[in-house]
Amino acid sequence: MALLSVDDLRVYFYTRAGVVRAVDGVSFALNPGETLGIVGESGSGKSVTCYSLLGLIPQPPGKIVSGSARLGKIDLLKCAREQLRRVQGKRVSIIFQDPMTSLNPYLRISDQLVEPLQVHDKMTRSAALKRAITSLEEVGIQDAGRRINLYPHQFSGGMRQRVMIAMALIGHPEILIADEPTTALDVTVQAQILELIKQRQRHLGLAVIFITHDLGVVASFCKRVNVMYAGRIVEAGYTEEIFRHPMHPYNASLQHSIPALHQKGQPLFTIPGMPPDLTQEIKACPFAPRCSYVVDRCRETEVVLKESARAHQTACLRYQNGEIQLNGGNAEPAIAGSGTEN
Amino acid sequence: MLTVTAEPEILTAERGTSLWKDAWFRLRKNHGAILGLCVFCGITLICLFGPFFTGYTYEYTQLSLKASAPLEPIILRTETRANTEPKKDYLSLTSLDGEFIEKSASERDAITKSIASGTPYQEGKMSYQLSSQKHLFGTDPLGRDLLTRVLVGGRISLAVGFAATLVSVLIGVVWGAIAGFAGGKTDDVMMRFADFLYALPFTVIVILLMVLFGKNFVLLFVAIGCVEWLNMARIVRGQIISLKHREFVEAAISLGLPNYRILFRHLIPNVMSSIIIYATLTVPNVMLLEALLSFLGLGVQPPLSSWGVLIDEGARTMQTSLWLLIFPGLFFSLALFSLNFLGDGLRDALDPKSSKD
Repeated sequence: MALLSVDDLRVYFYTRAGVVRAVDGVSFALNPGETLGIVGESGSGKSVTCYSLLGLIPQPPGKIVSGSARLGKIDLLKCAREQLRRVQGKRVSIIFQDPMTSLNPYLRISDQLVEPLQVHDKMTRSAALKRAITSLEEVGIQDAGRRINLYPHQFSGGMRQRVMIAMALIGHPEILIADEPTTALDVTVQAQILELIKQRQRHLGLAVIFITHDLGVVASFCKRVNVMYAGRIVEAGYTEEIFRHPMHPYNASLQHSIPALHQKGQPLFTIPGMPPDLTQEIKACPFAPRCSYVVDRCRETEVVLKESARAHQTACLRYQNGEIQLNGGNAEPAIAGSGTEN
Repeated sequence: MLTVTAEPEILTAERGTSLWKDAWFRLRKNHGAILGLCVFCGITLICLFGPFFTGYTYEYTQLSLKASAPLEPIILRTETRANTEPKKDYLSLTSLDGEFIEKSASERDAITKSIASGTPYQEGKMSYQLSSQKHLFGTDPLGRDLLTRVLVGGRISLAVGFAATLVSVLIGVVWGAIAGFAGGKTDDVMMRFADFLYALPFTVIVILLMVLFGKNFVLLFVAIGCVEWLNMARIVRGQIISLKHREFVEAAISLGLPNYRILFRHLIPNVMSSIIIYATLTVPNVMLLEALLSFLGLGVQPPLSSWGVLIDEGARTMQTSLWLLIFPGLFFSLALFSLNFLGDGLRDALDPKSSKD
């Protein structure tokens, strides 16, 4: 039984330049305690997908056109604001990319940490403060009793991200959405933060949705992966399968683009062309204009995500028909890697 | 791997320095602003407590002592009368001249001089002697002590300045914050209403309010505050809009905090520096408005005075008694200057990015 199941989510932004179809028919499920990675380049709809689950889409200009996101009996996309508020921070939490801007500069760490406890659990300030100190210690901040009285600007980036994690987990949620939590940090701190999230996940039995564009991190961190392109999922499956047996040319090209240590002196592989303009309605395969396996049929036929091997889905028409074989490029170092790829 | 090595410089701070403290450190280095702060506090204190020590009340009238110049010697004239108590009057040195109108100019001069130097003079029933009464700033055309009036007027002007600013800040911040945070149609309606008020001529509104509620001193606070909040609302709205999509606000939303909490605990403290800066610059504005209204006869009613009223009175008699204009004007401009310096300093201190260097 899936903890969270998202079905046919469509989030459109109605801008002056036209309707931007940021997320266009995304479906996935998240099981209790598992880590689901969502990878894709900038603007592929990874973040918008997750923001819509927490009601963080600015409306207008954004609009959730269709879809459902079931968390138990609640549909996060359709429930009343008050009901969503009881889920936010209590059952589903999020940590953001940039720890430098996600803490309020005018409030002490203590004031920010106790807020969710005071609001959701109606705790007294002193009880909440005790819990907050414990939660800071749990994310590896020493001398938490003293540091809790400091202001965010007195913390380093890595420590702020720890505070963010403590804040997100203080209400013991079931799901943690991590929106590129390590992108803004330097490499050594990245590894620490990833390790911390893993450790908290084991401890609390959290399900984690991990948004990133870093394939190395995905390989080392996630059990399953959704590869997103132009607002839709083009390939989904277990991490190892995604890397060993790519079933979509986009995924295969992504893996070819990872710089490999053993191939010195060669130009880096890049995917030709640009991501599609999302203000245009795309019926056929969105990757067709950049795909090296493209045939006329790809540009005309509507594609859907289909299971082509056990628990491994692809949206590539030609792969579904068994017309092409893809290989995983130099994915090996990524799988074995420590998540320090940039 | 999971522990963070202690950074000593963090541990030195027990409670942590807030951004307010940082701003205070920056402000302290700004000599102009500190001078402004001191001058302004000084003026406020003098206005508050000064009137207790001047020896006169603001409404005490000595009609015989009209428009005596600052520190001009005051002459006590005693008229001995049969049966009744002698009649005592105070005269200024210049009006003493008129007492001996039948004498020649040089004689009058000699008498005046001798009286001024302390020698009593008697003529008929009248006796003249130098009195100990002093008017540091002179007196106004009704013989009221100008120093007392300037200080009492200062109380009124400052009170109007602060109270009206407070009213404008309260209305403006709440209005602007709600409009900015709600966005969409609510924002449109609220800000169009503000635009509508903005388009109405200010004096007409105040006159209307005065007509509706009567010429009331307290009402003046409210009337000016009601008009001055528009700019504050616009500033706060703009700031809130620029802040509300920042990540820490989204983080607060994602933690399920209610809107009022996000607005008043997370957003408004971040706008507070702009509010303070603008409020400091609103006080002199409001004081000017009060002066304008008093000048037009709509503000403070006699015998109460304000700096605006006193300047108005002084301007009418500036050809004969310039001090009536100079002293209230001096206090008024000093207060305005110091507030403006303080406001500028606060802007630099609270928003270091905006300062030139």
